[in-house]
Amino acid sequence: MERSNREYTIGRVEDFMLQIGRVIHAGDVELAIFRTSDGAVYAVRNHSPHPKGGPLAEGIVSGYYLYDPLHDWKIDLRTGEVQAPDRGQAEVYPVTVEGGVVKVTLPAAVTNLN
Amino acid sequence: MAAEREKLVLIGNGMAGVGTIEQILKLGGAYDITVFGSEPHPNYNRIMLSYVLEGSKTIEDIILNDLGWYEDNHITLHTGTTVTRIDEQNKLILTDNGLAVPYDKAIIATGSNSFILPVPGSTKDGVVGFRDIADCDAMLAAAKQYRTAAVIGGGLLGLEAAKGLVNLGMDVTVVHLLEDLMERQLDRTASSMLQAELTRQGVKFAMGKQTVELTGEERVTGLRFSDGSELPAEFVVMAVGIKPNVQLAKDSGITVNRGIVVDDYMQTSMADVYSVGECTEHRGTCYGLVAPLFEQGMVLAKHLSGSQTPGYEGSVVATKLKISGVDVFSAGEFTETPEHTVISAKDEWKRTYKKILLKDNVIVGAVLFGDVTESANLQKLVKNSTEMTNEIYDEVMGTSCCGGGGAKKGMSVEAMADEEIVCGCNGVTKKAIVDAVTENGFTTVDEIKACTGATRSCGGCKPVVEQILQFVLGDSFQQSAKQGICSCTPLSRDEIVAEITAKGLRTTKEVMHVLDWKQAEGCSKCRPAVNYYLGMIYPDTHEDEKESRFVNERMSANIQKDGTYTVIPRMYGGVTTPEDLKRIADVSLKYDVKVVKVTGGQRLDLIGVKKEDVPKVWEELDMPSGYGYAKSLRTVKTCVGSQFCRFGTQDSMGMGAMLERKYERLDMPAKFKMAVNGCPRNCAESCTKDIGIVGNDGGWEVFIGGNGGIKPRIADAFCKVKTDEELVEVCSAVIQYYRETGNYLERTSEWVERMGLEHIQTVVMGNDDNRKELAARIDFALAQVRDPWRKMLDDKNTRTALFEETQV
Ligand SMILES: Cc1cc2nc3c(=O)[nH]c(=O)nc-3n(C[C@H](O)[C@H](O)[C@H](O)COP(=O)(O)OP(=O)(O)OC[C@H]3O[C@@H](n4cnc5c(N)ncnc54)[C@H](O)[C@@H]3O)c2cc1C
Ligand code: SF4
Ligand code: FES
Repeated sequence: MERSNREYTIGRVEDFMLQIGRVIHAGDVELAIFRTSDGAVYAVRNHSPHPKGGPLAEGIVSGYYLYDPLHDWKIDLRTGEVQAPDRGQAEVYPVTVEGGVVKVTLPAAVTNLN
Repeated sequence: MAAEREKLVLIGNGMAGVGTIEQILKLGGAYDITVFGSEPHPNYNRIMLSYVLEGSKTIEDIILNDLGWYEDNHITLHTGTTVTRIDEQNKLILTDNGLAVPYDKAIIATGSNSFILPVPGSTKDGVVGFRDIADCDAMLAAAKQYRTAAVIGGGLLGLEAAKGLVNLGMDVTVVHLLEDLMERQLDRTASSMLQAELTRQGVKFAMGKQTVELTGEERVTGLRFSDGSELPAEFVVMAVGIKPNVQLAKDSGITVNRGIVVDDYMQTSMADVYSVGECTEHRGTCYGLVAPLFEQGMVLAKHLSGSQTPGYEGSVVATKLKISGVDVFSAGEFTETPEHTVISAKDEWKRTYKKILLKDNVIVGAVLFGDVTESANLQKLVKNSTEMTNEIYDEVMGTSCCGGGGAKKGMSVEAMADEEIVCGCNGVTKKAIVDAVTENGFTTVDEIKACTGATRSCGGCKPVVEQILQFVLGDSFQQSAKQGICSCTPLSRDEIVAEITAKGLRTTKEVMHVLDWKQAEGCSKCRPAVNYYLGMIYPDTHEDEKESRFVNERMSANIQKDGTYTVIPRMYGGVTTPEDLKRIADVSLKYDVKVVKVTGGQRLDLIGVKKEDVPKVWEELDMPSGYGYAKSLRTVKTCVGSQFCRFGTQDSMGMGAMLERKYERLDMPAKFKMAVNGCPRNCAESCTKDIGIVGNDGGWEVFIGGNGGIKPRIADAFCKVKTDEELVEVCSAVIQYYRETGNYLERTSEWVERMGLEHIQTVVMGNDDNRKELAARIDFALAQVRDPWRKMLDDKNTRTALFEETQV
């Protein structure tokens, strides 16, 4: 199981502006990458859990929260959980930063999600 | 795996049934749950269909529990499946598509059907009820195709349907059997006030008319009444009442009267089968509103989860009409009989009416029109059969002298049972609200809304939620309940602006830090607002914060629902050239633009540009950005004017283009639109613009505060000026004053009403120095603005970060 996960190198930390999302296609998956004001990097599938969908990359970032640009849902970047009163779950993926290089790990099943 | 759980089957995927399931889940009831629903949708808020029809909500907005919710809670859902029988012998639920699902416990919550008048012609095309999404869709479709509609029934549903159809542009007549609207909730006085108000809003009425036939061949063409008269109608909505949907219960051998007969624990005559909602009859009453259904559901949920609960004893119902600008409320008894003592107050000037009925000095009913602030309080008094006292009289009739009211209001919520439902739409109890306040330290209605969902739908419960908040917080309420610009801060716009200036704060971060924001980096509401205030206060030094901008402004293009963008090149005054048109056409072809559309403001929308193409499109167009996305000057609409029009006395095209060039790009509290006309024929429609200008023989007339959007408003005449220079100076001063005093996102239509037209006139016209200073300040700010696309094209890093997508 573990072994079939795939790691993607998506760039260097400085490629990602603070609090401004960016779209990266890793394999078949469209990711929205965010760097919070404390410098941490988060990866979310670039697809809103709102029933009408839409992208996430252009949302406003505040602390560890992302405000969905089309529907204003508040999403926790760490867990993907949509905050009350709305309900839902955005798909988040683990990110590692080593020596300034940012990597995202996608589970095997996800690579053909989109 | 855990031990086998009992199987619970819910029949009817509506508000009452799913409300019960939600309560069972909350109480930790251990069941394997299966839900059947005839409609193809997940559970939605039926109440809000009125808003869908009116256009302020979409179907997606009113979904209560999406498919994910059923999955998350391990509920098996069968939509589009109708249950046909309950087989008591074998304990099976049988459906129209051949399923046979075993149950240990079953709940019937099949709701009602629209009652369709049994008159000839009622099955013709173009005749619908108002009950579900399909009906709502039929009405939306009809409004696109037809002009005239009749709504039969002047009750809550009929009136909401009628207003919705009027909003959709139809010519609507409400046909009512009696002389009084909503006669089951309102007395004659309130009902005639309601009719007058709705007439003002464009609804027509045919009162005292009994429909005996619907005319037409395949499709309906009109109504014939018992008095022989006729009313043409291409579309008919029947909203004469509802019929409890008892077919399934009947076919299964369950005792049915008007509704499915249940006891105080919602138990039907069949063992292990319960029923809640509009399909039931409890102590002889069938209810048609959600609050009682949630109360029933709560009792049943407890019963099924094994917790002790007193039985359901029936509900006092209260009604509120969901039509904007029409506030009516009624609770309990409202028709006077000799037994009643009546307290009433009618104010024809303010168009308000209040009536309270007493029986043996006990408050048994109330009707309010126009001002419904006391509705929550009265509902409670009626419900608790409270005795009238001097204090209560003063409180509810608003005659008490200064102060004291607050404490007393607290009393009525204090007496309220924990399990009583405060928000009927969302099934939120008093206890849930009290817990939200005490456990999370909430102090505002907004926070309670975010946590519990209370006040989220019709808003009718807001006064009670406020009272509970006040009651729980006690003395700390006054100070903490002050509403800030969002839930991050208790400070108002004016206070924030004052603090920024006084303390010399320079960035949103600093503002939020120094002013003690609850969420350190703010939210999607306050960040853009504070960024705007900073830019307005420090036009030359404030570094605009892209990360605090709403997507459209950050990208300088309009995002569409599929994530593509719309690009709108500037065309000053709505005038373009063949060369520019050719370029626009070439670029549109090259980048495969989906649609080219003329906008309401006389510009061209290039819709459906892929995100990564947006910078290239701008580069190749090589035209200034048209700011169709911005909170700033959108367009200056112009007519033909003196250059070509035979009536024109002023050069509207020239003036419009000049004004657009002058004010473009500058941030404002909200979007801003202007129009310039060459003569009083007003072909460019000045009356719905933030600033509308009309040329006349000796100069110009200026109008302000018009709006054609969600809250239409006709502009107010502001002043007349003789020369072009004066015109520009007045425009500058008005715009700058709006920039300096407007709340973020506040349109001038709201701003003019809040500040008062006369006040703005005094500031701008009353004093020449003032006007010149305002104009000078805007000129200074204007000198700082840059074309975002020039900037973006020169700044490769930002461009890459914002628009480019990388494949790894
Ligand atoms: C336009 C509109 C506006 C309203 N406004 C208000 C308001 O402002 N305030 C208020 O309090 N109330 C309002 N109401 C009334 C309120 O919506 C109802 O009281 C409430 O929805 C009833 O809930 P229920 O669960 O009993 O029935 P429903 O919500 O109707 O649910 C019943 C469900 O069962 C399904 N069903 C029926 N038979 C079967 C079967 N045999 N097998 C499977 N599924 C079946 C139906 O398809 C339906 O989806 C309004 C209603 C309408 C239509
Ligand atoms: S407003 Fe007057 S000048 Fe302008 S187009 Fe109409 S008629 Fe001609
Ligand atoms: S009662 Fe309708 S929102 Fe609370």
